[in-house]
Amino acid sequence: MLQITGVSRRFGDVTALADVSLEIRQGEFFALLGPSGCGKTTLLRILAGFESPDSGTVTLDGDDLLGRAAHRRPVNLMFQSYALFPHMTVAKNVAYGLEREKLPKAEIRSRVGEVLEKVGLSAMAGRRPQQLSGGQRQRVALARAIVKRPRLLLLDEPLSALDKKVRAEMQLELKRLQNEVGITFVVVTHDQEEAMSLADRIAVFNAGRVEQVDEPVRLYERPRTPFVAGFVGASNLFPGRACAAGLAADGLGVLPGASDLPDGTPALLAVRPERLRLDDAPAEGVLHGEVADVSFYGGVSHVAVTVPGRPEPLLVATQGATRVRQGARVGVSWASGDGVLVPQ
Amino acid sequence: MTGSTVSGAAAVSRSRRSRALGRRSRAIGRLVFLGPGLAYLIVLLLVPLALILSYTVFRRGRFGGVVYEATGENFTRLLDPLYLDVIVSSLKLATIATVIALLVGYPTAYLIAQLPRKWKTIALVAIVLPFWTNFLVRVYAWIVLLSGPGLVNSALGDLGLGPFEFLYNQGTIVTGLVYSYLPLMVLPLYAAIEKLDPQLREASANLGARPARTFVSVTLPLTLPGVVTGCLFVFVPSFGNFVIPELLGGGRSIMVGNLIRDQFLKARDWPFGSTLTLALLAVLIVLLLLQAWSARRA
Repeated sequence: MLQITGVSRRFGDVTALADVSLEIRQGEFFALLGPSGCGKTTLLRILAGFESPDSGTVTLDGDDLLGRAAHRRPVNLMFQSYALFPHMTVAKNVAYGLEREKLPKAEIRSRVGEVLEKVGLSAMAGRRPQQLSGGQRQRVALARAIVKRPRLLLLDEPLSALDKKVRAEMQLELKRLQNEVGITFVVVTHDQEEAMSLADRIAVFNAGRVEQVDEPVRLYERPRTPFVAGFVGASNLFPGRACAAGLAADGLGVLPGASDLPDGTPALLAVRPERLRLDDAPAEGVLHGEVADVSFYGGVSHVAVTVPGRPEPLLVATQGATRVRQGARVGVSWASGDGVLVPQ
Repeated sequence: MTGSTVSGAAAVSRSRRSRALGRRSRAIGRLVFLGPGLAYLIVLLLVPLALILSYTVFRRGRFGGVVYEATGENFTRLLDPLYLDVIVSSLKLATIATVIALLVGYPTAYLIAQLPRKWKTIALVAIVLPFWTNFLVRVYAWIVLLSGPGLVNSALGDLGLGPFEFLYNQGTIVTGLVYSYLPLMVLPLYAAIEKLDPQLREASANLGARPARTFVSVTLPLTLPGVVTGCLFVFVPSFGNFVIPELLGGGRSIMVGNLIRDQFLKARDWPFGSTLTLALLAVLIVLLLLQAWSARRA
């Protein structure tokens, strides 16, 4: 549906986007994920028409998008700051886009009413944006963007300005809405949990390049680059070289892992904290060390284990409370299938 | 037990005394800081204003000054078409100057607000720069430029045109007013436009509005307080101006400022000059009230 091919953009010496190609499918909830300054917002602004790429093409359903001015694109954007018009009521804000299409007044009124109902703000139609809470403003911004029934809806950090509780609610609401209206959503976020919980597929950006495009589960379980392994969820990373049993780690010996890399390839072994098992008997396990710290979070506990020969401690996540205490000698092990080799 | 009660009572009275002291020293502090400004306002604004207001109901002295006999004739004279015309023509010239300053000033302020930070500062300094030169010198410069053998005519003469009579008409007065007060239009407009979130314009475009529509529906309404302030800053000094009409308008009493000055200095009719001043003030106060009202609405 949306085809981005070889898009590059430089600002002076800074490369914001370097030869980015992506294909986004009809009705998909797609996330652009990366740290700030990775180029994801630049790509969003190119799609909306506020920015032009130095090279590359973007087509929407086969039509060239870059040749059209921003106000002629069938693409709506929900701004990170919401950018609601402060001098208009909620209803006027939502109606603004429909008025530009010169629709009959009665139709505008009914469509505005409908969409406000959908986001649960019918009672607020006559208020000004300043009189609303953060969560309500966010919903007005969303209503204003979807009321035009765009083919593509862009969302710039849609939940970042909300506090934790409202965030969780809005996250569910966004997904429900996307199902209901059937519009293709492209969301930009630096929050990997937000991306994983919302999106059907995620493109991970780093320094203007796409590192990996995958479904959330595969991205988490099978990172293909060191950056993805480190950025998406916490990982214990071991540098070394690929071997038949897994990885010959620098200073730690052979560690188990699943690999189809040729022997001797420089690689990182990534193991998720929740895949690590702690053993009270220090003789058991692949690696041995001493518990440096235990933190209890309610549902999970994090245990930091210092291992001789490794500069930073291993992070182990366990279900619920754990019996191990600080200073205990423990063994750490994992199944060979849980160690992922990432070429370096 | 008793001892502690006594010492408690002593503590209470001590704290009460120190609180009273604190109140007094705060009052003194206020007087120290407010005093000079207050004295300035009373001596140089309120007292002269009260004198002017009181003159309006008395008769003129034969050689200037005031004869303290109550009369209403100053106000009836104000309605004489001769003077009413001057007030109306002042209103007209000041309004034209304000509208032109707005039409020139808005795009200027808008462009400055879009400049990179460094150039913004340079542009703003350039806008304020004329104020560093004496006002009279700048107005005289226009005479040098526009007079019969002036720079513009000699340049046109080289092209085989002219000479033209540029000076001493209402157009020159408006030119002088616009030139003198344009910075006062640009600065408040710049402040209002600069404050406007650029994402609001992007949001408008994103919702399908052409640039002209974005300007009318988003940019202009949100910078309206700046527009009103700028217009007031230009209109107020233009309306009562007497230097510019005197120098560029040929010295005839065509604006209320000249008329007031002539009443005081030439006709020696202080009461009528005061009455004209009161009329001018009344117009300006109405405008200020309008501005305050529009600012509250925004």
